[in-house]
Amino acid sequence: MIRFDAVSKHYPDGTVAVDTLDLEAPSGQITVLVGPSGCGKTTSLRMINRMIEPTSGTVWLDGKDTGSLKDFELRRQIGYVIQHAGLFPHRTIVDNIATVPYLLGWDKKKARARAAELLERVGLPQHFAKRYPAQLSGGQQQRVGVARALAADPPVMLMDEPFSAVDPVVREQLQDEFLRLQGELGKTIVFVTHDIDEAIKLGDQVAVMRVGGHLAQLATPAVLLTEPVDAFVAGFVGRDRGYRALQFETVKRLPTRDEQSIALGTAFQGTDNADGWLLVVDDQRAPQGWLRTSEVSPGAVVVDELLHRGGTLATEGGSLRSALDACLSSPSGRGVVVDDAGALLGSTTAVEVLALIEGRDPRAARLSVQGSSA
Amino acid sequence: MISYFQHNQSQIMSWLGWHARLSAIPLVFGLIISLPLGWFARRYRWAYPPVVSIAGLLYTIPSLALFIVLPGLLKTKILDPNNVIVALTIYTVALLVRVVADGLAEVPDDVQQAATAMGYRSFGRLIKVELPIAVPVIGAGLRVAAVSNVSLVSVSALIGVPELGKLFTNGFQLAYQTPILIGIILSVLLALAFDVVIQIITRALTPWRRAVQPA
Repeated sequence: MIRFDAVSKHYPDGTVAVDTLDLEAPSGQITVLVGPSGCGKTTSLRMINRMIEPTSGTVWLDGKDTGSLKDFELRRQIGYVIQHAGLFPHRTIVDNIATVPYLLGWDKKKARARAAELLERVGLPQHFAKRYPAQLSGGQQQRVGVARALAADPPVMLMDEPFSAVDPVVREQLQDEFLRLQGELGKTIVFVTHDIDEAIKLGDQVAVMRVGGHLAQLATPAVLLTEPVDAFVAGFVGRDRGYRALQFETVKRLPTRDEQSIALGTAFQGTDNADGWLLVVDDQRAPQGWLRTSEVSPGAVVVDELLHRGGTLATEGGSLRSALDACLSSPSGRGVVVDDAGALLGSTTAVEVLALIEGRDPRAARLSVQGSSA
Repeated sequence: MISYFQHNQSQIMSWLGWHARLSAIPLVFGLIISLPLGWFARRYRWAYPPVVSIAGLLYTIPSLALFIVLPGLLKTKILDPNNVIVALTIYTVALLVRVVADGLAEVPDDVQQAATAMGYRSFGRLIKVELPIAVPVIGAGLRVAAVSNVSLVSVSALIGVPELGKLFTNGFQLAYQTPILIGIILSVLLALAFDVVIQIITRALTPWRRAVQPA
Protein backbone atom coordinates (compact mmCIF):
# COMPACT_ATOMS: atom_id res chain seq x y z
CA MET A 1 0.00 0.00 0.00
CA ILE A 2 1.12 3.52 -0.79
CA ARG A 3 -0.01 6.29 1.53
CA PHE A 4 0.41 10.04 1.10
CA ASP A 5 0.40 11.70 4.47
CA ALA A 6 -0.08 15.50 4.21
CA VAL A 7 2.35 15.65 1.30
CA SER A 8 3.08 19.04 -0.25
CA LYS A 9 5.40 20.22 -2.97
CA HIS A 10 6.21 23.93 -3.14
CA TYR A 11 8.72 25.44 -5.54
CA PRO A 12 11.01 28.35 -4.67
CA ASP A 13 9.08 30.66 -7.01
CA GLY A 14 5.98 30.13 -4.89
CA THR A 15 4.22 27.63 -7.13
CA VAL A 16 2.30 25.04 -5.17
CA ALA A 17 2.32 21.84 -7.20
CA VAL A 18 0.75 19.62 -4.56
CA ASP A 19 -1.02 20.88 -1.46
CA THR A 20 -1.26 18.67 1.67
CA LEU A 21 -2.30 15.58 -0.21
CA ASP A 22 -3.72 12.66 1.76
CA LEU A 23 -4.29 9.60 -0.36
CA GLU A 24 -4.12 5.83 -0.11
CA ALA A 25 -3.39 3.52 -3.00
CA PRO A 26 -4.42 0.06 -1.76
CA SER A 27 -2.28 -3.00 -2.50
CA GLY A 28 -3.15 -4.99 -5.58
CA GLN A 29 -5.36 -2.26 -7.02
CA ILE A 30 -5.14 0.41 -9.69
CA THR A 31 -5.40 3.94 -8.38
CA VAL A 32 -5.73 6.50 -11.16
CA LEU A 33 -4.74 10.12 -10.65
CA VAL A 34 -6.61 12.24 -13.15
CA GLY A 35 -7.02 15.97 -13.65
CA PRO A 36 -6.25 18.89 -15.95
CA SER A 37 -2.64 19.92 -16.57
CA GLY A 38 -1.14 21.70 -13.59
CA CYS A 39 -3.15 19.68 -11.08
CA GLY A 40 -0.03 18.04 -9.65
CA LYS A 41 -0.83 14.47 -10.69
CA THR A 42 2.57 13.75 -12.22
CA THR A 43 4.34 15.54 -9.37
CA SER A 44 2.45 13.36 -6.90
CA LEU A 45 3.42 10.23 -8.82
CA ARG A 46 7.08 11.20 -8.88
CA MET A 47 7.15 11.86 -5.17
CA ILE A 48 6.46 8.15 -4.65
CA ASN A 49 9.83 7.10 -6.14
CA ARG A 50 11.44 10.38 -5.13
CA MET A 51 12.17 11.62 -8.62
CA ILE A 52 10.74 14.70 -6.90
CA GLU A 53 11.30 15.22 -3.19
CA PRO A 54 8.29 16.40 -1.17
CA THR A 55 8.64 19.77 0.56
CA SER A 56 6.73 18.40 3.53
CA GLY A 57 4.77 15.33 4.51
CA THR A 58 5.59 11.67 4.10
CA VAL A 59 4.98 9.08 1.43
CA TRP A 60 4.73 5.62 2.97
CA LEU A 61 5.36 2.46 1.01
CA ASP A 62 4.15 -0.68 2.79
CA GLY A 63 4.65 1.00 6.15
CA LYS A 64 8.10 2.34 5.35
CA ASP A 65 8.90 6.04 5.06
CA THR A 66 10.22 6.34 1.50
CA GLY A 67 12.40 9.26 2.63
CA SER A 68 14.37 6.89 4.85
CA LEU A 69 15.48 4.69 1.94
CA LYS A 70 18.29 5.38 -0.51
CA ASP A 71 16.59 6.86 -3.57
CA PHE A 72 18.17 4.48 -6.09
CA GLU A 73 17.31 1.45 -3.96
CA LEU A 74 13.74 2.63 -3.60
CA ARG A 75 13.47 3.06 -7.38
CA ARG A 76 14.73 -0.44 -8.13
CA GLN A 77 11.72 -1.82 -6.22
CA ILE A 78 9.24 0.29 -8.16
CA GLY A 79 8.35 -0.27 -11.80
CA TYR A 80 8.04 2.89 -13.85
CA VAL A 81 6.44 3.42 -17.24
CA ILE A 82 6.40 6.78 -19.01
CA GLN A 83 4.60 8.35 -21.91
CA HIS A 84 7.03 7.76 -24.76
CA ALA A 85 8.34 4.54 -23.20
CA GLY A 86 11.78 6.15 -22.80
CA LEU A 87 13.55 3.03 -24.00
CA PHE A 88 17.33 3.13 -24.20
CA PRO A 89 17.96 3.54 -27.95
CA HIS A 90 21.43 1.96 -27.80
CA ARG A 91 20.30 -1.29 -26.21
CA THR A 92 18.48 -4.21 -27.73
CA ILE A 93 14.94 -4.93 -26.58
CA VAL A 94 16.03 -7.84 -24.39
CA ASP A 95 18.68 -5.70 -22.67
CA ASN A 96 16.22 -2.85 -22.25
CA ILE A 97 13.82 -5.16 -20.45
CA ALA A 98 16.63 -6.59 -18.31
CA THR A 99 17.76 -3.15 -17.08
CA VAL A 100 16.67 -3.44 -13.46
CA PRO A 101 17.74 -7.09 -13.06
CA TYR A 102 21.21 -6.04 -14.29
CA LEU A 103 21.23 -3.19 -11.78
CA LEU A 104 20.25 -5.63 -9.04
CA GLY A 105 23.23 -7.78 -9.99
CA TRP A 106 21.43 -10.77 -11.50
CA ASP A 107 23.64 -12.80 -13.78
CA LYS A 108 23.24 -12.09 -17.44
CA LYS A 109 21.69 -15.41 -18.36
CA LYS A 110 19.02 -15.26 -15.71
CA ALA A 111 18.22 -11.62 -16.52
CA ARG A 112 17.85 -12.38 -20.22
CA ALA A 113 15.72 -15.44 -19.60
CA ARG A 114 13.45 -13.29 -17.47
CA ALA A 115 13.36 -10.63 -20.20
CA ALA A 116 12.40 -13.22 -22.81
CA GLU A 117 9.59 -14.43 -20.57
CA LEU A 118 8.28 -10.87 -20.20
CA LEU A 119 8.47 -10.25 -23.93
CA GLU A 120 5.93 -13.01 -24.31
CA ARG A 121 3.87 -11.75 -21.39
CA VAL A 122 3.33 -8.39 -23.07
CA GLY A 123 2.45 -10.07 -26.35
CA LEU A 124 5.60 -9.53 -28.42
CA PRO A 125 7.29 -12.25 -30.50
CA GLN A 126 10.65 -13.61 -29.33
CA HIS A 127 12.50 -12.47 -32.45
CA PHE A 128 12.04 -8.87 -31.25
CA ALA A 129 14.60 -9.57 -28.52
CA LYS A 130 17.59 -8.67 -30.69
CA ARG A 131 16.03 -5.57 -32.25
CA TYR A 132 16.64 -1.99 -31.23
CA PRO A 133 13.84 0.32 -30.04
CA ALA A 134 13.95 2.35 -33.28
CA GLN A 135 12.81 -0.79 -35.12
CA LEU A 136 9.55 -0.99 -33.16
CA SER A 137 6.30 0.94 -33.53
CA GLY A 138 5.15 3.28 -30.77
CA GLY A 139 2.69 0.73 -29.42
CA GLN A 140 5.30 -2.03 -29.43
CA GLN A 141 7.79 0.24 -27.66
CA GLN A 142 5.21 0.95 -25.00
CA ARG A 143 4.74 -2.79 -24.45
CA VAL A 144 8.49 -3.10 -24.00
CA GLY A 145 8.29 -0.20 -21.53
CA VAL A 146 5.74 -2.17 -19.50
CA ALA A 147 7.89 -5.32 -19.70
CA ARG A 148 10.92 -3.36 -18.52
CA ALA A 149 8.98 -2.02 -15.55
CA LEU A 150 7.91 -5.56 -14.63
CA ALA A 151 11.32 -7.17 -15.04
CA ALA A 152 12.36 -7.43 -11.41
CA ASP A 153 8.77 -8.23 -10.36
CA PRO A 154 8.31 -5.08 -8.28
CA PRO A 155 5.20 -5.01 -6.07
CA VAL A 156 4.52 -1.41 -7.10
CA MET A 157 4.18 0.15 -10.55
CA LEU A 158 4.01 3.82 -11.40
CA MET A 159 2.62 4.69 -14.81
CA ASP A 160 2.76 8.22 -16.17
CA GLU A 161 0.38 8.58 -19.11
CA PRO A 162 1.76 5.37 -20.61
CA PHE A 163 -0.82 5.04 -23.38
CA SER A 164 -1.48 8.63 -24.39
CA ALA A 165 1.09 8.88 -27.19
CA VAL A 166 -0.30 6.03 -29.31
CA ASP A 167 -3.26 6.09 -31.67
CA PRO A 168 -6.74 5.35 -30.28
CA VAL A 169 -7.02 1.80 -31.65
CA VAL A 170 -3.64 0.76 -30.25
CA ARG A 171 -4.41 2.58 -27.00
CA GLU A 172 -7.54 0.53 -26.48
CA GLN A 173 -5.64 -2.71 -27.16
CA LEU A 174 -2.92 -1.72 -24.71
CA GLN A 175 -5.50 -0.80 -22.08
CA ASP A 176 -7.29 -4.13 -22.45
CA GLU A 177 -4.05 -6.09 -22.23
CA PHE A 178 -2.93 -4.00 -19.30
CA LEU A 179 -6.12 -4.96 -17.45
CA ARG A 180 -5.65 -8.62 -18.38
CA LEU A 181 -2.04 -8.49 -17.16
CA GLN A 182 -3.06 -6.78 -13.93
CA GLY A 183 -5.68 -9.50 -13.46
CA GLU A 184 -2.82 -12.02 -13.44
CA LEU A 185 -0.26 -10.00 -11.51
CA GLY A 186 -2.24 -7.95 -8.99
CA LYS A 187 0.32 -5.16 -8.66
CA THR A 188 -0.19 -2.02 -6.63
CA ILE A 189 -0.46 0.53 -9.41
CA VAL A 190 -0.63 4.30 -9.45
CA PHE A 191 -1.58 5.48 -12.90
CA VAL A 192 -1.57 9.09 -14.10
CA THR A 193 -3.70 10.25 -17.02
CA HIS A 194 -5.49 13.39 -18.19
CA ASP A 195 -8.10 11.25 -19.94
CA ILE A 196 -11.16 10.71 -17.75
CA ASP A 197 -12.39 7.85 -19.96
CA GLU A 198 -9.13 6.02 -19.45
CA ALA A 199 -9.34 6.69 -15.71
CA ILE A 200 -12.84 5.24 -15.54
CA LYS A 201 -11.93 2.25 -17.65
CA LEU A 202 -8.78 1.30 -15.76
CA GLY A 203 -9.20 2.53 -12.20
CA ASP A 204 -10.31 0.49 -9.23
CA GLN A 205 -10.42 3.91 -7.65
CA VAL A 206 -9.99 7.30 -9.26
CA ALA A 207 -8.54 10.40 -7.63
CA VAL A 208 -9.68 13.55 -9.42
CA MET A 209 -7.25 16.39 -8.79
CA ARG A 210 -7.73 20.08 -9.43
CA VAL A 211 -5.20 22.79 -10.27
CA GLY A 212 -3.04 23.66 -7.27
CA GLY A 213 -2.56 20.05 -6.24
CA HIS A 214 -5.83 19.49 -4.38
CA LEU A 215 -7.62 16.19 -4.26
CA ALA A 216 -11.17 16.93 -5.39
CA GLN A 217 -12.65 13.45 -5.07
CA LEU A 218 -11.47 9.91 -4.49
CA ALA A 219 -14.03 7.29 -5.46
CA THR A 220 -14.74 4.23 -7.54
CA PRO A 221 -15.50 5.03 -11.19
CA ALA A 222 -19.20 4.24 -10.70
CA VAL A 223 -19.56 6.63 -7.78
CA LEU A 224 -17.60 9.29 -9.64
CA LEU A 225 -20.06 9.12 -12.53
CA THR A 226 -23.21 9.03 -10.42
CA GLU A 227 -22.24 11.22 -7.48
CA PRO A 228 -19.60 13.82 -8.35
CA VAL A 229 -18.99 15.88 -5.22
CA ASP A 230 -18.94 19.29 -6.84
CA ALA A 231 -19.27 21.23 -10.08
CA PHE A 232 -15.57 20.82 -10.93
CA VAL A 233 -15.68 17.04 -10.74
CA ALA A 234 -19.05 16.94 -12.53
CA GLY A 235 -17.61 19.09 -15.32
CA PHE A 236 -14.44 17.06 -15.53
CA VAL A 237 -16.22 13.73 -15.57
CA GLY A 238 -18.03 15.19 -18.53
CA ARG A 239 -21.01 14.59 -20.79
CA ASP A 240 -22.76 11.27 -21.28
CA ARG A 241 -21.98 10.30 -17.73
CA GLY A 242 -25.51 8.97 -17.21
CA TYR A 243 -25.03 6.65 -20.15
CA ARG A 244 -21.43 5.81 -19.22
CA ALA A 245 -22.43 4.97 -15.65
CA LEU A 246 -24.52 2.12 -17.08
CA GLN A 247 -21.29 0.26 -17.78
CA PHE A 248 -20.96 -0.42 -14.08
CA GLU A 249 -24.47 -1.80 -13.75
CA THR A 250 -24.88 -5.44 -14.54
CA VAL A 251 -27.83 -7.77 -14.38
CA LYS A 252 -27.60 -11.49 -13.83
CA ARG A 253 -29.66 -12.26 -16.89
CA LEU A 254 -30.76 -10.02 -19.72
CA PRO A 255 -34.29 -10.63 -20.95
CA THR A 256 -33.59 -12.56 -24.15
CA ARG A 257 -35.89 -14.21 -26.66
CA ASP A 258 -34.91 -16.78 -29.24
CA GLU A 259 -33.54 -15.34 -32.44
CA GLN A 260 -33.80 -17.25 -35.67
CA SER A 261 -30.47 -17.50 -37.43
CA ILE A 262 -28.82 -18.87 -40.54
CA ALA A 263 -25.28 -20.14 -40.97
CA LEU A 264 -22.89 -18.38 -43.29
CA GLY A 265 -22.34 -20.33 -46.51
CA THR A 266 -25.71 -22.10 -46.47
CA ALA A 267 -28.66 -21.45 -48.77
CA PHE A 268 -31.33 -18.92 -47.76
CA GLN A 269 -34.70 -20.63 -47.42
CA GLY A 270 -36.89 -17.78 -46.23
CA THR A 271 -37.72 -16.64 -42.71
CA ASP A 272 -40.62 -16.03 -40.39
CA ASN A 273 -39.18 -12.66 -39.35
CA ALA A 274 -41.72 -10.05 -40.32
CA ASP A 275 -39.24 -7.16 -40.26
CA GLY A 276 -37.10 -8.59 -43.04
CA TRP A 277 -33.91 -9.04 -41.04
CA LEU A 278 -32.29 -12.41 -40.39
CA LEU A 279 -29.27 -12.97 -38.16
CA VAL A 280 -26.26 -14.72 -39.70
CA VAL A 281 -23.89 -16.83 -37.59
CA ASP A 282 -20.73 -18.79 -38.36
CA ASP A 283 -20.21 -22.50 -37.74
CA GLN A 284 -19.35 -21.74 -34.08
CA ARG A 285 -22.72 -19.94 -33.78
CA ALA A 286 -20.92 -16.63 -33.33
CA PRO A 287 -23.04 -13.79 -34.78
CA GLN A 288 -21.56 -12.26 -37.95
CA GLY A 289 -24.15 -9.73 -39.10
CA TRP A 290 -27.65 -9.32 -40.45
CA LEU A 291 -29.16 -10.36 -43.75
CA ARG A 292 -31.82 -8.14 -45.35
CA THR A 293 -34.15 -10.76 -46.78
CA SER A 294 -35.34 -8.46 -49.57
CA GLU A 295 -31.79 -8.48 -50.92
CA VAL A 296 -31.58 -12.26 -51.41
CA SER A 297 -33.66 -14.64 -53.45
CA PRO A 298 -34.62 -17.98 -51.92
CA GLY A 299 -32.00 -20.64 -52.54
CA ALA A 300 -29.11 -18.16 -52.78
CA VAL A 301 -26.05 -18.88 -50.68
CA VAL A 302 -25.45 -16.45 -47.82
CA VAL A 303 -22.02 -14.91 -48.41
CA ASP A 304 -19.97 -12.34 -46.55
CA GLU A 305 -20.77 -9.51 -48.97
CA LEU A 306 -24.50 -9.69 -48.13
CA LEU A 307 -23.98 -8.99 -44.42
CA HIS A 308 -24.98 -5.76 -42.71
CA ARG A 309 -22.57 -5.40 -39.87
CA GLY A 310 -22.37 -2.68 -37.23
CA GLY A 311 -24.26 -4.31 -34.41
CA THR A 312 -22.25 -4.63 -31.20
CA LEU A 313 -22.77 -7.68 -29.03
CA ALA A 314 -24.02 -7.87 -25.46
CA THR A 315 -22.99 -10.65 -23.12
CA GLU A 316 -25.55 -12.30 -20.92
CA GLY A 317 -24.09 -11.12 -17.63
CA GLY A 318 -22.59 -7.94 -19.10
CA SER A 319 -23.30 -4.29 -18.37
CA LEU A 320 -26.50 -2.45 -19.17
CA ARG A 321 -24.42 -0.10 -21.30
CA SER A 322 -23.29 -2.86 -23.63
CA ALA A 323 -26.84 -4.28 -23.73
CA LEU A 324 -28.34 -0.92 -24.67
CA ASP A 325 -25.56 -0.29 -27.17
CA ALA A 326 -26.16 -3.66 -28.83
CA CYS A 327 -29.80 -2.70 -29.38
CA LEU A 328 -29.09 0.82 -30.61
CA SER A 329 -26.36 -0.29 -33.02
CA SER A 330 -28.19 -3.26 -34.48
CA PRO A 331 -29.55 -2.82 -38.04
CA SER A 332 -32.69 -4.75 -37.03
CA GLY A 333 -33.08 -2.92 -33.73
CA ARG A 334 -32.71 -6.24 -31.91
CA GLY A 335 -29.63 -6.42 -29.72
CA VAL A 336 -27.76 -9.69 -30.05
CA VAL A 337 -26.86 -11.44 -26.80
CA VAL A 338 -24.06 -14.00 -26.67
CA ASP A 339 -22.61 -16.26 -23.99
CA ASP A 340 -19.06 -15.94 -22.63
CA ALA A 341 -17.71 -18.05 -25.49
CA GLY A 342 -19.30 -15.68 -28.03
CA ALA A 343 -22.06 -18.04 -29.21
CA LEU A 344 -25.59 -16.76 -29.90
CA LEU A 345 -28.06 -16.89 -27.02
CA GLY A 346 -30.85 -14.73 -28.37
CA SER A 347 -31.82 -11.09 -28.70
CA THR A 348 -33.25 -8.26 -26.66
CA THR A 349 -34.63 -4.82 -27.45
CA ALA A 350 -33.92 -1.28 -26.31
CA VAL A 351 -37.39 -1.06 -24.75
CA GLU A 352 -36.69 -4.09 -22.60
CA VAL A 353 -33.28 -2.81 -21.53
CA LEU A 354 -34.74 0.62 -20.73
CA ALA A 355 -37.45 -1.02 -18.65
CA LEU A 356 -34.70 -2.76 -16.78
CA ILE A 357 -32.91 0.56 -16.26
CA GLU A 358 -36.07 2.35 -15.16
CA GLY A 359 -37.18 -0.47 -12.96
CA ARG A 360 -33.94 -0.77 -11.05
CA ASP A 361 -33.74 0.35 -7.50
CA PRO A 362 -31.07 3.05 -7.81
CA ARG A 363 -29.92 2.69 -4.22
CA ALA A 364 -29.62 -1.08 -4.45
CA ALA A 365 -27.83 -0.84 -7.77
CA ARG A 366 -25.31 1.60 -6.40
CA LEU A 367 -24.62 -0.52 -3.34
CA SER A 368 -24.05 -3.57 -5.48
CA VAL A 369 -21.59 -1.59 -7.62
CA GLN A 370 -19.61 -0.50 -4.60
CA GLY A 371 -19.64 -4.04 -3.31
CA SER A 372 -18.39 -5.52 -6.55
CA SER A 373 -15.53 -3.09 -7.02
CA ALA A 374 -14.14 -3.31 -3.48
CA MET B 1 59.55 13.44 -56.30
CA ILE B 2 59.52 9.67 -56.09
CA SER B 3 63.30 9.55 -56.14
CA TYR B 4 63.46 12.21 -53.39
CA PHE B 5 61.06 10.11 -51.33
CA GLN B 6 63.05 6.92 -51.94
CA HIS B 7 66.26 8.66 -51.14
CA ASN B 8 64.97 10.00 -47.80
CA GLN B 9 62.51 7.24 -47.07
CA SER B 10 63.65 6.23 -43.61
CA GLN B 11 63.87 9.86 -42.47
CA ILE B 12 60.43 10.71 -43.86
CA MET B 13 58.83 7.60 -42.41
CA SER B 14 60.30 8.41 -39.01
CA TRP B 15 58.83 11.93 -39.26
CA LEU B 16 55.49 10.44 -40.29
CA GLY B 17 55.58 8.16 -37.25
CA TRP B 18 56.30 11.10 -34.96
CA HIS B 19 53.62 13.14 -36.61
CA ALA B 20 51.06 10.40 -36.07
CA ARG B 21 52.01 9.96 -32.41
CA LEU B 22 52.11 13.68 -31.70
CA SER B 23 48.61 14.04 -33.16
CA ALA B 24 47.05 10.93 -31.65
CA ILE B 25 48.25 11.09 -28.04
CA PRO B 26 46.79 14.59 -27.43
CA LEU B 27 43.54 13.37 -28.95
CA VAL B 28 43.28 10.67 -26.29
CA PHE B 29 44.33 12.95 -23.42
CA GLY B 30 42.09 15.72 -24.68
CA LEU B 31 39.09 13.39 -24.76
CA ILE B 32 39.81 12.14 -21.24
CA ILE B 33 39.97 15.71 -19.93
CA SER B 34 36.96 16.90 -21.92
CA LEU B 35 34.60 14.20 -20.67
CA PRO B 36 34.35 15.45 -17.07
CA LEU B 37 34.44 19.11 -18.16
CA GLY B 38 31.70 18.55 -20.72
CA TRP B 39 29.67 16.55 -18.22
CA PHE B 40 30.02 19.38 -15.70
CA ALA B 41 28.92 21.98 -18.24
CA ARG B 42 25.92 19.85 -19.10
CA ARG B 43 25.03 18.92 -15.53
CA TYR B 44 24.90 22.46 -14.18
CA ARG B 45 23.07 24.89 -16.37
CA TRP B 46 24.97 27.90 -14.99
CA ALA B 47 28.31 26.27 -15.80
CA TYR B 48 27.70 25.77 -19.51
CA PRO B 49 28.38 29.31 -20.80
CA PRO B 50 31.64 29.95 -18.87
CA VAL B 51 33.09 26.46 -19.28
CA VAL B 52 32.32 26.23 -22.97
CA SER B 53 33.50 29.76 -23.81
CA ILE B 54 36.70 29.56 -21.78
CA ALA B 55 37.50 26.19 -23.35
CA GLY B 56 36.74 27.63 -26.77
CA LEU B 57 38.99 30.62 -26.17
CA LEU B 58 41.96 28.29 -25.62
CA TYR B 59 41.83 27.54 -29.33
CA THR B 60 42.67 31.15 -30.14
CA ILE B 61 46.10 30.98 -28.47
CA PRO B 62 48.63 30.97 -31.34
CA SER B 63 50.21 27.53 -31.47
CA LEU B 64 53.74 28.84 -32.07
CA ALA B 65 53.47 30.99 -28.94
CA LEU B 66 52.32 28.01 -26.93
CA PHE B 67 55.21 25.83 -28.18
CA ILE B 68 57.63 28.52 -27.01
CA VAL B 69 55.98 29.37 -23.68
CA LEU B 70 55.28 25.83 -22.48
CA PRO B 71 58.91 24.71 -21.84
CA GLY B 72 59.20 27.55 -19.33
CA LEU B 73 55.96 26.59 -17.61
CA LEU B 74 56.56 22.84 -17.67
CA LYS B 75 60.32 23.02 -16.98
CA THR B 76 60.92 20.95 -20.10
CA LYS B 77 63.52 21.35 -22.82
CA ILE B 78 62.37 23.29 -25.85
CA LEU B 79 62.80 20.25 -28.11
CA ASP B 80 60.91 17.93 -25.76
CA PRO B 81 57.97 16.43 -27.74
CA ASN B 82 55.94 16.60 -24.52
CA ASN B 83 55.56 20.33 -25.15
CA VAL B 84 53.74 19.52 -28.38
CA ILE B 85 51.60 16.91 -26.66
CA VAL B 86 50.56 19.33 -23.92
CA ALA B 87 49.85 22.12 -26.40
CA LEU B 88 47.77 19.95 -28.67
CA THR B 89 45.92 18.48 -25.71
CA ILE B 90 44.86 22.03 -24.87
CA TYR B 91 43.55 22.55 -28.41
CA THR B 92 41.77 19.21 -28.34
CA VAL B 93 40.08 20.16 -25.07
CA ALA B 94 39.13 23.49 -26.62
CA LEU B 95 37.34 21.64 -29.40
CA LEU B 96 35.85 18.77 -27.41
CA VAL B 97 34.36 20.32 -24.26
CA ARG B 98 31.47 21.83 -26.18
CA VAL B 99 31.08 18.66 -28.20
CA VAL B 100 30.84 16.46 -25.10
CA ALA B 101 28.39 18.85 -23.41
CA ASP B 102 26.22 19.03 -26.52
CA GLY B 103 26.47 15.30 -27.08
CA LEU B 104 25.20 14.61 -23.58
CA ALA B 105 22.43 17.15 -24.15
CA GLU B 106 21.30 15.02 -27.10
CA VAL B 107 20.14 12.30 -24.73
CA PRO B 108 16.34 12.57 -24.82
CA ASP B 109 14.65 13.72 -21.63
CA ASP B 110 12.44 10.68 -21.33
CA VAL B 111 15.46 8.39 -21.66
CA GLN B 112 17.22 10.27 -18.84
CA GLN B 113 14.14 10.09 -16.67
CA ALA B 114 13.63 6.42 -17.39
CA ALA B 115 17.25 5.71 -16.44
CA THR B 116 16.85 7.56 -13.15
CA ALA B 117 13.53 5.88 -12.43
CA MET B 118 15.04 2.43 -13.08
CA GLY B 119 17.47 3.14 -10.26
CA TYR B 120 20.67 4.24 -11.99
CA ARG B 121 22.88 6.45 -9.87
CA SER B 122 24.30 9.44 -11.68
CA PHE B 123 27.69 7.92 -12.54
CA GLY B 124 26.20 4.66 -13.75
CA ARG B 125 23.69 6.57 -15.81
CA LEU B 126 26.50 8.59 -17.41
CA ILE B 127 28.60 5.53 -18.30
CA LYS B 128 25.86 3.11 -19.26
CA VAL B 129 23.25 5.36 -20.83
CA GLU B 130 24.30 8.93 -21.57
CA LEU B 131 27.80 8.47 -23.00
CA PRO B 132 26.85 5.59 -25.30
CA ILE B 133 24.05 7.72 -26.74
CA ALA B 134 26.44 10.68 -27.12
CA VAL B 135 29.03 8.61 -29.04
CA PRO B 136 28.00 9.77 -32.54
CA VAL B 137 28.30 13.47 -31.59
CA ILE B 138 31.57 12.96 -29.71
CA GLY B 139 32.93 10.92 -32.64
CA ALA B 140 32.14 13.73 -35.05
CA GLY B 141 33.96 16.18 -32.76
CA LEU B 142 36.96 13.86 -32.54
CA ARG B 143 37.23 13.81 -36.33
CA VAL B 144 37.49 17.60 -36.39
CA ALA B 145 40.02 17.58 -33.55
CA ALA B 146 42.11 14.90 -35.27
CA VAL B 147 42.38 16.87 -38.51
CA SER B 148 43.14 20.03 -36.54
CA ASN B 149 45.91 18.22 -34.62
CA VAL B 150 47.53 16.84 -37.77
CA SER B 151 47.71 20.32 -39.21
CA LEU B 152 48.88 21.99 -35.97
CA VAL B 153 51.66 19.50 -35.29
CA SER B 154 53.57 20.68 -38.35
CA VAL B 155 53.97 24.15 -36.81
CA SER B 156 56.26 22.63 -34.17
CA ALA B 157 58.87 22.04 -36.88
CA LEU B 158 59.68 25.72 -36.47
CA ILE B 159 61.09 24.97 -33.03
CA GLY B 160 62.81 21.84 -34.30
CA VAL B 161 60.48 19.03 -33.30
CA PRO B 162 60.92 16.14 -35.76
CA GLU B 163 57.72 15.50 -37.73
CA LEU B 164 56.38 16.09 -41.24
CA GLY B 165 56.65 19.87 -40.77
CA LYS B 166 60.37 19.33 -41.20
CA LEU B 167 59.67 18.73 -44.88
CA PHE B 168 58.19 22.23 -45.08
CA THR B 169 61.07 23.96 -43.29
CA ASN B 170 63.64 21.99 -45.31
CA GLY B 171 61.89 22.73 -48.59
CA PHE B 172 61.66 26.39 -47.66
CA GLN B 173 65.32 26.62 -46.73
CA LEU B 174 66.42 24.84 -49.92
CA ALA B 175 63.83 26.68 -52.07
CA TYR B 176 62.85 23.22 -53.27
CA GLN B 177 59.19 22.31 -53.71
CA THR B 178 59.36 18.52 -53.72
CA PRO B 179 59.68 17.95 -49.95
CA ILE B 180 56.89 20.49 -49.38
CA LEU B 181 54.63 18.59 -51.75
CA ILE B 182 55.47 15.27 -50.10
CA GLY B 183 54.77 16.83 -46.68
CA ILE B 184 51.36 18.05 -47.80
CA ILE B 185 50.40 14.71 -49.34
CA LEU B 186 51.49 12.74 -46.29
CA SER B 187 49.69 15.14 -43.93
CA VAL B 188 46.47 14.79 -45.89
CA LEU B 189 46.81 10.99 -45.97
CA LEU B 190 47.50 10.92 -42.24
CA ALA B 191 44.45 13.09 -41.53
CA LEU B 192 42.35 10.81 -43.72
CA ALA B 193 43.66 7.76 -41.88
CA PHE B 194 42.66 9.26 -38.52
CA ASP B 195 39.28 10.13 -39.91
CA VAL B 196 38.69 6.60 -41.14
CA VAL B 197 39.84 5.01 -37.88
CA ILE B 198 37.57 7.26 -35.79
CA GLN B 199 34.63 6.54 -38.07
CA ILE B 200 35.22 2.81 -37.79
CA ILE B 201 35.37 2.99 -33.99
CA THR B 202 32.23 5.15 -33.89
CA ARG B 203 30.37 2.68 -36.08
CA ALA B 204 31.52 -0.25 -34.00
CA LEU B 205 30.22 1.45 -30.85
CA THR B 206 26.85 2.34 -32.34
CA PRO B 207 25.29 -0.70 -34.00
CA TRP B 208 21.90 0.67 -32.94
CA ARG B 209 22.17 3.62 -35.30
CA ARG B 210 22.21 1.34 -38.31
CA ALA B 211 19.21 -0.64 -37.14
CA VAL B 212 16.36 0.09 -39.49
CA GLN B 213 12.69 -0.81 -39.46
CA PRO B 214 12.36 -4.21 -41.12
CA ALA B 215 9.94 -4.14 -44.03
